[in-house]
Amino acid sequence: MNLTTGENFLFFGIISITTILIRFLPFLLFPENKKTPKYIEYLGRVLPFTIIGMLVVYCLKDVSVISYPFGLPEALAILVIIILHVWKSNTLLSIGVGTVLYMILLQFVF
Amino acid sequence: MNKRTSALKAAFPLTIPVMTGYLVLGAAFGILMNSKGYSYFWTIFASLFIYAGSMQFVAVSLLTMGFHPFYACMMTLMVNARHLFYGVSMLSKFKGTGSYKPYLIFGLTDETFSVLCVAEPAEGVDKGKFMFFITLLNQIYWIVGSVLGCLLGSLIDFNTRGIDFVLTALFVVIFVNQWKAAKSHTPVLIGVGTSIVCRILFGAGKFIVPSMAVILLFVSFLQKKIDREVAK
Repeated sequence: MNLTTGENFLFFGIISITTILIRFLPFLLFPENKKTPKYIEYLGRVLPFTIIGMLVVYCLKDVSVISYPFGLPEALAILVIIILHVWKSNTLLSIGVGTVLYMILLQFVF
Repeated sequence: MNKRTSALKAAFPLTIPVMTGYLVLGAAFGILMNSKGYSYFWTIFASLFIYAGSMQFVAVSLLTMGFHPFYACMMTLMVNARHLFYGVSMLSKFKGTGSYKPYLIFGLTDETFSVLCVAEPAEGVDKGKFMFFITLLNQIYWIVGSVLGCLLGSLIDFNTRGIDFVLTALFVVIFVNQWKAAKSHTPVLIGVGTSIVCRILFGAGKFIVPSMAVILLFVSFLQKKIDREVAK
């Protein structure tokens, strides 16, 4: 640790306050007691569906498909999760089996 | 059973996948902080007041570059920009949650957002309390995880390689649920397609902000079509 205590407070404090500000901004711009613009309401309805897709890609952002193992462990595990979840619709089962399968593939197969 | 207990009971099962992920990732953060010479105090401070997983990891790598407050602020804006979308998505869901609202907003991480997205409290369960407990439990897991990481340090080497995939799995499951529930698949396809293309074009570190811009452009452009499909 090379920073002084004061510098550390400033450093972590700035990151904390910036994060909080970003999270609060939409709620400050569109408070409950005022009518939210129709367009923003529309975004509120649609964005959840776009973001989850973005989050899946975000989780896989460091996977390379052009070098070994070509994203195969991820692809296989996700495929199993999708099939299992469409079939059984059991959240914990899908997540549990998918994760354990991924760990086995990563540690013992690839 | 009082209102608080019933809300807690309804919330807990939904947070189990997040618990697994946050304990492990939180521990990884604690171990990392420990290896840089940071005590419990700073680890808990970060998990308590920043509480944004990926940003906390980025913060550690920023620390190694010395003290640059302005750079830290700009980096945070870029890494956490996606949270603007979460806020807009939750504007109506958080309505009427009163004194719980500030904490619900503060604790809106990727994982909490994704759980809240699909979680509906059963009848008779208070919505505000229900969402509050989901948020609170998740942050507790994160803090406990990071403290555990400090404790373990590099002493024990479990072969937990790949266990952080539990969070990817959580998002995939929610993705499937949304796909089944969605009346229009256009937004889902826009989200995935845009992010993949932007990831290829801009690289792993810089694709979120351009993705958000292009997603906004697409959903705005297609508003009439999507609204018609969703309204059915």
